[in-house]
Amino acid sequence: MADAAVHGHDGHDERGFFTRWFMSTNHKDIGILYLFTAGLVGFISVAFTVYMRMELMNPGVQYMCLEGASLLPQAAADCTPNGHLWNVLITGHGILMMFFVVIPALFGGFGNYFMPLQIGAPDMAFPRMNNLSYWMFVAGVSLAVLSVFSPGGNGQNGSGIGWVLYPPLSTTEAGYSTDLAIFAVHLSGASSILGAINMITTFLNMRAPGMTMFKVPLFSWSIFVTAWLILLSLPVLAGAITMLLTDRNFGTTFFDPAGGGDPVLYQHILWFFGHPEVYIVILPGFGIISHVIATFSRKPIFGYLPMVWALIAIGVLGFVVWAHHMYTVGMSLTQQSYFMLATMVIAVPTGIKIFSWIATMWGGSVEMKTPMLWAFGFLILFTMGGVTGIVLSQAAVDRAYHDTYYVVAHFHYVMSLGAVFAIFAGIYFYFPKMSGKMYPEWAGKLHFWAMFIGANLTFFPQHFLGRQGMPRRYIDYPDAFALWNQVSSWGAFLSFASFLFFIGMTFWVLVKGKSVNLANPWNEHADTLEWTLPSPPPEHTFEILPKQSEWDKGPAH
Amino acid sequence: MAHEKNHDYHILPPSLWPFLGSVGAFVMLLGAVLWMKGSAPYMFFIGLALVLYVMFAWWSEVIAESNVGDHTPVVRIGLRYGFIMFIMSEVMFFAAWFWSFFKHAMYPMATFSEGQWPPPSIEVFDPWHLPLINTLILLCSGAAATWAHHALAHENNRKDMAWGLIIAIALGVIFTFFQAYEYSHAAFGFSGNIYGANFFMATGFHGVHVIIGTIFLFVCYLRLRAGHFTPEKHIGFEAAAWYWHFVDVVWLFLFASIYIWGS
Repeated sequence: MADAAVHGHDGHDERGFFTRWFMSTNHKDIGILYLFTAGLVGFISVAFTVYMRMELMNPGVQYMCLEGASLLPQAAADCTPNGHLWNVLITGHGILMMFFVVIPALFGGFGNYFMPLQIGAPDMAFPRMNNLSYWMFVAGVSLAVLSVFSPGGNGQNGSGIGWVLYPPLSTTEAGYSTDLAIFAVHLSGASSILGAINMITTFLNMRAPGMTMFKVPLFSWSIFVTAWLILLSLPVLAGAITMLLTDRNFGTTFFDPAGGGDPVLYQHILWFFGHPEVYIVILPGFGIISHVIATFSRKPIFGYLPMVWALIAIGVLGFVVWAHHMYTVGMSLTQQSYFMLATMVIAVPTGIKIFSWIATMWGGSVEMKTPMLWAFGFLILFTMGGVTGIVLSQAAVDRAYHDTYYVVAHFHYVMSLGAVFAIFAGIYFYFPKMSGKMYPEWAGKLHFWAMFIGANLTFFPQHFLGRQGMPRRYIDYPDAFALWNQVSSWGAFLSFASFLFFIGMTFWVLVKGKSVNLANPWNEHADTLEWTLPSPPPEHTFEILPKQSEWDKGPAH
Repeated sequence: MAHEKNHDYHILPPSLWPFLGSVGAFVMLLGAVLWMKGSAPYMFFIGLALVLYVMFAWWSEVIAESNVGDHTPVVRIGLRYGFIMFIMSEVMFFAAWFWSFFKHAMYPMATFSEGQWPPPSIEVFDPWHLPLINTLILLCSGAAATWAHHALAHENNRKDMAWGLIIAIALGVIFTFFQAYEYSHAAFGFSGNIYGANFFMATGFHGVHVIIGTIFLFVCYLRLRAGHFTPEKHIGFEAAAWYWHFVDVVWLFLFASIYIWGS
C-alpha cells in the first residue's frame, strides 16, 4: 500500500482473515462484504430467471417437467408441466432480489462504505451493530435459500406463492417452506432496521465539522432518506408476515373470512411497506447517479437544494400511495381517485431529479467514461419506466394492464434497469477507490452495451405482450405470444452473458489489474471527501477529522 | 493501532458477538419452524440460548466500555438517537396490529362478524374492571420510573431512585400477572375468530414488551446498586425509562381502542 505509506499511515494490516471478515467493526470491510454477498445472491436470483426465460422462449413446456427439471428441451410427450416449480422460481427471484440483493448492495454496500467517508466520519455510529446487520442478512439469505429446497406445496419443494406472499395462497401452502421464507424476511427486516438506525445516527451525529445538513453530499442524503423509509416501513411488514405465520400455524383468522378475517387487509399492510420499498430500492441509486453525472459533466450538480428536497418529498409521498398496487381489489371510487392523484404527484419530485441531471449535463464537457454510460443508461431507462408508471397509475387504465406483462415490463424498467444500472454505475465509479485497481475501459463499455441491449431486448417487448393481454406469472402461453417471448428470452441470455463477463472481469482486475496510484482517478469534480483518501483507503480513515476546506467546494451560501 | 486521533467517536475492536448472535438467530428460527411442524423443540431452545447469551455478553461489554469512559458526550448523543429510533420502529410494528384491529372494527366482515363489532358470538371483557385497574397500575409504574429519574438527575438521591425502580418493577410484574389472569378467563379463543386474533396478538405483543421493559428496569436496578449511574451520565436508565413510557402509551391506545371503543 504505497499510498498509505505516503500519507503516513501504518499500512500493515495485522488482522487475521477470520478477525477481519467475520468479526469486523469496520464500515469499509462490512461494505465490501455486503457487495460481494449481494453479488452472489444476485447471481442465484438471475440464474432462476435465465431458466424461466428458457422455459418461456417457446410455447408449451419443455424444461420444467414433473418428470424432472431439465436443462435440455424435452418432447411434449415426455413432459408434464410442473407449474409449482415455475411458481417457486418466480417467488425465489422476487424475494431474493427485493430483500437480499438490491437493498444490501445499495444501502448495505455503498451506504456503508461511502456515507461515512462522504461526511468525514471515522466509522459508523455503532460499528459492532453494523456487523450484526450484515450477519443477520446472511442468516436471512440462508433461510431464504433453504426455503426453496424445503418441503412446500403440491407435494414438492419450495413455496410457489409469489414474493408478495398474498393469502389465502400463502396461508394454505403446505409444508414448511413458506414459514422459512417468512422468517427469512423477518431477519432481513431486522437487519435493515438496525442498519437504518445506524445510518441515521451516523448522518445526524458524525458529520465533519462545519458540514451542516444542506452541505452533505447527495449520496449521503439519499442514504439518510432511505434509512427513514426502512425504519418506518419494515416493522409494518414484520407485523403483516407475523399475522401470516400465526394464520398458518396457530389457527388465527386475520386473513381468513371463515373466522371474520379479510385477505385484502394483508394486501394493504403489505403494500404500505411495499411501496416505500421501491423507493428504498431506487433512492440510493439516485444518489450515486448524481455524483457520477456531476463528475463526468465536469460541473457541480444542478440545483443541489431542490435535489435534496425532491429526495425528501419522494420519501414522504412514498408512504401515502400504496393502494395503487391494488386498484382491482374492489376499493371505492373515492379511494381509487385519491391513490391515483397521490401517485401522479410523485412524478413532480422525480421530474425535478431527472431534469436537474439533464441540466447538470447541459453545457458541461461530458465524458463518456464507463460510469457515465451506466448513468446515461439509467437516465433513459428509468425515465421510460417512470412514464409507464404514470400510465399504470391511472385506475381505469390499470383495469386492463393489471397483472399483465405490461406491469412486469414497467417494474423491471425501474428496478432491473433503474436500480441495477445505478448499482453498476456505482461499481465502476468506485471500483478504483475500493480496490485500488483500474478496470480496462473497453471491458466496462462492453459490459454496458451488452447489458443495455440485452435488458432492453428482454423487457421492451414485454410491453407489447402486456398490451396484447398476456398475464404474468404463467409457465405457458398461447402461440400468439410466441414472437416477443422469443425476443425477450434472447435478451435475457445476452444480459446473463454480460453478467458472467462482468464477474470474470472483476476477478481478473482484482488479481491482475493495473494499480491506481491516485486518490482521485477521475477529475476535480469528483470533489467529495472519499476522493481525498488513498485508493484503496487504509483500514482507519479520518482519525483526524477533515477540515472544511477539504470538502466545501461550493460558493458560500 | 497507535494512530493519533482528534475525535471523540467510539471506534471499536473486532467482535465475535454479531456473528455468533446471527448464528443463534438462524438456529432459533429454523428450530421454531421445525417445532411448529411437530418436531421436538431442542433446536429452537439451543438457538434461543445462544441469542440470549450473546445479548448478555454483548451488553455486558457495552457497560464495561461505558465504565472505562468510551461513551463520550457525542457518543452518548448517538446512543440516545439510536434508542429513540428503535422505539420508533417499535411504534410502527404496533401500527400493523392496530391497523388490523381498526380495519375489522370499522369494516367488520359479513361472514362470522355478521357486519358487527365485536362479532355477535364474542363475549368481550368489561373494560372498567381488571383492564382499568391494569391501566392504573401501569401508569403508576411509569410515574415511579419518572420519580426514580428525578431522584437521580436532580438530587443524586440513590435511595429514592432505588425505591422508584423497585416500585416500577413490582407494578410491572403485577401488571403481567393480572394480564395472564385475564387471558385465562377470556370467553373467546385465540384461534378461529378474528376478535381473539386481534386481541391476543396486540395485547400479547404489548405484554412481551412489558416483560422486556421490566427486565430492562431490573438491570438498571442492579446497575444502580453497582454504582454505574451518575446524575450526568445514565444512558442505560434513560433508555429503560423511555422504553417503559413507550410501553405505557401503547397500553393507553390498546385500552382506549380495543377494550373501550371496541366493546
